[in-house]
Parts: sequence; C-alpha cells; structure tokens
Amino acid sequence: MMYLKAFVVGGLICAIVQIFMEKTKIKTPRILVSLVVIGAILTGVELYEPVVEFAGAGATAPLLGFGYALAKGVFKAVDESGLLGVLTGGLTATAGGITAVIVLAYIVSFISKESNDNK
Amino acid sequence: MISEKQKKEYKDYVEQKTPNHNLMVDMVLAFIFGGIFSVIAQGVYDLLMSNGFEKIDASTWGSISLIFISAVLTALGWYKKIVKYAGAGIIVPITGFANSVISTAIEYKNEGQVFGIGAKIFIIAGPVILFGCLSSVVIGAIYYIIQLVG
Repeated sequence: MMYLKAFVVGGLICAIVQIFMEKTKIKTPRILVSLVVIGAILTGVELYEPVVEFAGAGATAPLLGFGYALAKGVFKAVDESGLLGVLTGGLTATAGGITAVIVLAYIVSFISKESNDNK
Repeated sequence: MISEKQKKEYKDYVEQKTPNHNLMVDMVLAFIFGGIFSVIAQGVYDLLMSNGFEKIDASTWGSISLIFISAVLTALGWYKKIVKYAGAGIIVPITGFANSVISTAIEYKNEGQVFGIGAKIFIIAGPVILFGCLSSVVIGAIYYIIQLVG
C-alpha cells in the first residue's frame, strides 16, 4: 500500500512540474532551486510533513524532499542547540546527499568517456 | 489529384513519425518515471527500517541510492536518452539534481582539477545549496524567535 501511495504521489509531483516545464520553458537549474525552496517553505508552514507521512519516499524522493530535509534539520538543530542550530541545521541534515552528489560527480568525471552533452 | 484518402494517410504518417510532444503523453511518462524512482527510494527505506535504522537515516539512504543510480546512468550516457522521454519524471526526483552536477563535472574535466571540475561542479550544486541554506536559515530563525516568544 505504501508503495502505491509513494508511486502515485511521487508521480503526481513530477507530472505537475512537467506542465510547468512545458508551459513556461523554465531551465532545469531554476526548476531544481525552486523545488528545494518550495519544499523548505511548505515544511516550514507544516504543510509538507503530512504529505511525507502519507506517501513516504513519494514525497521525499522528489527534490521537494531535499527542502523538507533542510527545514526538518533546522527545526531539530534549534531544539537542540538554540541559535547556533539556525546556522548548522540545514546543511547537517542534507550533508549526506550533497557529499554523495559532489564526490560521485568527481569520480564519474574520471570514469566517464562521455566528454560533453550529458545533460 | 490527391484524394482525401491519400491526404489522410499522409497526415497519419507524419503524426506517426513526428516526435511526440503531446503534453498529456509527457505528463503520463513523467508520472510513471517519477513514480518508479519514488518506489525505489521507498524500497531502500523499508529495507533499512526493517533492519532497525533511524527514520531520518533510512530516508537519506533512499535519496543516496537514487543519486547513485543517477551517477551510473550519467556515466553510461543513458541519462540523456531517458530524460527525453521521462522529462520531469527523472528531473524532479533527486536524480535530476545529481545528473546536473555530475554532467557539469564531466563537461569541464578537461579544464583542470581546480578551475575545471573543482569550480564548475558548483555551477548547478552552488545555487541549490545557497538557496537551500538561505531558506533553512530564514525558517530556522523564525522558528527560533517563535520558541523564544512562545
């Protein structure tokens, strides 16, 4: 059941963004940044947590989930260490993903024979 | 003279050969691919949860597994083939963020370690990290003030 919910919600988020992409011709990096910020704001106003509880990875696998992790991380850090948590929470919670991306990018750039045009 | 039947046949032929950019079709493809990536992350999450992992760690591993899949697809040159069909279905999951960073690293690898890969890797990662941090600090500051006042 959880898999069905994850599939439908994750799929719906992508289908909605597909409409935006075709109607507005916004470039991919802007889409990525917007999704992260929207995810963080939705989590900040406590609208995204219910979606995550309902759909699990259907809500956390889309980039909105990256924003969700940032906001959740900062809440937790503020609870634990006060004002300093405002600065440390976001990156701490997303450090695993960010480091995985840049380290894999570095490794792949050596392995891959593709010289360009991989976007 | 070209008969109506021939006209119709030609029209059908053109429609069949033209790359399909019908919004409905694209949305369905985005839905399916986005759904599949979500299910993969959910599978990793469930597997780790049943092995006693923390919720937040299991969720992070789910995302990292998608990042890894994206790295493999990009390295093999398959990502760019899939994205033509999947569209937002592969861009919106964290696979899209991973590919943007990885493909820039590949693109600039010939420009050197520091000013090539080192600097250019953040052309895409940079804005995401900056605006991500910025929103988390704003949200955190508001939350901190509410805690103080409340």
